[in-house]
Amino acid sequence: MTERPVTPRHEHGIPAPQDQPSGAPQLSDGADELPSNIVEVEARSQWQLFRRKFFRHKLAMGSLVFLILIVIAAFNAERIAPYSYDEIDVLRANTPPTFQGLHFFGTDQLGRDYFSRVLFGTRTSLRVAGLVAVVSTFIGTVTGAIAGYYRGWIDSVLMRITDLVIIIPALAILLVAASFFGQGDPLRIAIILALLLWTSLARIVRGVFLSLREKEFVQAARASGASDLRIMFRHMLPNTIGPIVVNMTLVLAAAIIIEATLSFLGIGVNPPTPALGVLINDGRSSMQTLWWLTIMPGLALVAIALSINFVGDGLRDALDPTQQES
Amino acid sequence: MTEALLSIRGLVTEFSTPDGVVHAVDGVSYDVHPGETVGVVGESGSGKSVTVMSILRLIPQPPGRIAEGEILLEGRNLLELDDAELRRVRGREIAMIFQDPMTSMNPVLTVGSQLAEAIQTHDKQVSDAEARRRVVELLELVGVPNAAARFGQYPHEYSGGMRQRAMIAMAIANRPKILIADEPTTALDVTIQAQVLQVLKTAQEETAAGTILITHDLGVIAEMADRVVVMYGGKVVETGTVDDIFHNPSHPYTLGLLSSLPRAGQQMERLEPIPGQPPSLINLPGGCSFHPRCRMSQGRARCRTEVPELVQLADGRASACHFHEELPEEIARISAATGVDIEQDRHGAGEPVAQRDEREDD
Repeated sequence: MTERPVTPRHEHGIPAPQDQPSGAPQLSDGADELPSNIVEVEARSQWQLFRRKFFRHKLAMGSLVFLILIVIAAFNAERIAPYSYDEIDVLRANTPPTFQGLHFFGTDQLGRDYFSRVLFGTRTSLRVAGLVAVVSTFIGTVTGAIAGYYRGWIDSVLMRITDLVIIIPALAILLVAASFFGQGDPLRIAIILALLLWTSLARIVRGVFLSLREKEFVQAARASGASDLRIMFRHMLPNTIGPIVVNMTLVLAAAIIIEATLSFLGIGVNPPTPALGVLINDGRSSMQTLWWLTIMPGLALVAIALSINFVGDGLRDALDPTQQES
Repeated sequence: MTEALLSIRGLVTEFSTPDGVVHAVDGVSYDVHPGETVGVVGESGSGKSVTVMSILRLIPQPPGRIAEGEILLEGRNLLELDDAELRRVRGREIAMIFQDPMTSMNPVLTVGSQLAEAIQTHDKQVSDAEARRRVVELLELVGVPNAAARFGQYPHEYSGGMRQRAMIAMAIANRPKILIADEPTTALDVTIQAQVLQVLKTAQEETAAGTILITHDLGVIAEMADRVVVMYGGKVVETGTVDDIFHNPSHPYTLGLLSSLPRAGQQMERLEPIPGQPPSLINLPGGCSFHPRCRMSQGRARCRTEVPELVQLADGRASACHFHEELPEEIARISAATGVDIEQDRHGAGEPVAQRDEREDD
């Protein structure tokens, strides 16, 4: 902003647009004062920009609200669920979904309330998936950061290990692990899944680090005496946060589905602990007559996985600085 | 002459490429004394940046390698330091200002926190509040208005000129002995350049640091430098005081640079460009690497076969031309051809970035 276009406007009594909202000094002499006036109006931290973009993404916002409700409900299952997950009431067995007796999702052959079971099952599934997402994100980020920052043989070794993990058949590993340690512990399943699901993030972070390390600000940090660790985790990692967060949502959705698959196959979470996959499997044998036993937990699974993906979508759009607001 | 603060001795930095080893810097030596500004000029690829990158060992290794030479900071060879010692030199004893202020600040950290970090990296005793106070002081010193409010802003909220001011503030945060400015004004608007140079001058006076100023803008050199090092093809071809270089160049390349400049306020018949292209470092011409483009060489065998040494002429002056005695005749010829009296013309070349009033850009 040079002074020339501003001055004539003042003469005609029309304030420059920047001056309007704050009622700042009308005769701001040049730029020394102008920026400080503009600041109040225009300065948006990246966080604010991100929030605005994300809030505009209706599908993602809707999904986020839905997810938050689900999470709150699942983790307060004891209080919210009308029944406990293993409460048997044979008199009400095989009830289809109804509002009577609050059996929204019906009951199974033993008269257990399926709404309550899905609620408790969702909690188990979310716990497993959440743990998987956190642990795998940590492993993937650290691996990718070290590989991308140091390059050379360290990079080669780490990436070959990553390749190796990618080609390991997850199902075989889980079967072996299940027969080895006995099955059914959600915590152990989460750890094993995390050890298998960090690979894509490691590759993404490595790629971002490879390009970031050539940036001038990294060079500048190095020139001002910053150590490798500081450069990696204070200067480069915050610039990688977008892809990491987005990938985390993808892993979260994938983990929920894989956990359900494993439980469905009987090598994941063991009954009587309810998990979504366990519930779907329970209803499988009587799908022709008691359809709600598979459909209801199945719908819950799909709804959760889908909304996590939508949130991930919204995050990606909001965090991508190259994408213009429409 | 005082004891040199920093002296570069016979530095050779090479890069291995698929086409062979490239000597980006080939036996460069120069000194920096306390409080003086050494201007380094040369075309792209002449090795001026690689030289200063080598000082802090910032060249990527591999493919880069510092093959030979010494870099002495107060007698201590920086090339022999281990990583921890080197980190203590970087940013504290030798600080660097980069070319492009748009990319040399981390976009996701506030400017203030980056400056505070520069202080706290080297002095762990400094509390956050103390660091903040000093950063605000520094920002005020370099002329960032409303420094306290701007402390918490991100680089994208700063204009280019402001960012370069902040970079200068960061560089002087630890009162370095040596300040390296690698083309500090190249990426800026012409109107901002003069202001940033002024800030750089203030910063240098404040810290009394010896400064290495890299540029290909002879106007900047005339404005800022005390002594000048002219580089070509990875070698130093001429050194001298700024007056020597502008009035009385003793290397045909320097003369070529001067005579290819348009002058303010002088009638000119035509510009006298340096013919040809800068040489590829992979395939440097034999002998004097400037000879294919040299108007004075005229096919003389000595230019083609014998690598000229940088010979001392008078106090502080040196030239790497076999025939530097012939320079006065050449200067006279060029003056006649272009209508510019080079010997009288330091200020014509020195003022393209005129001192405007102290007004910041947007």
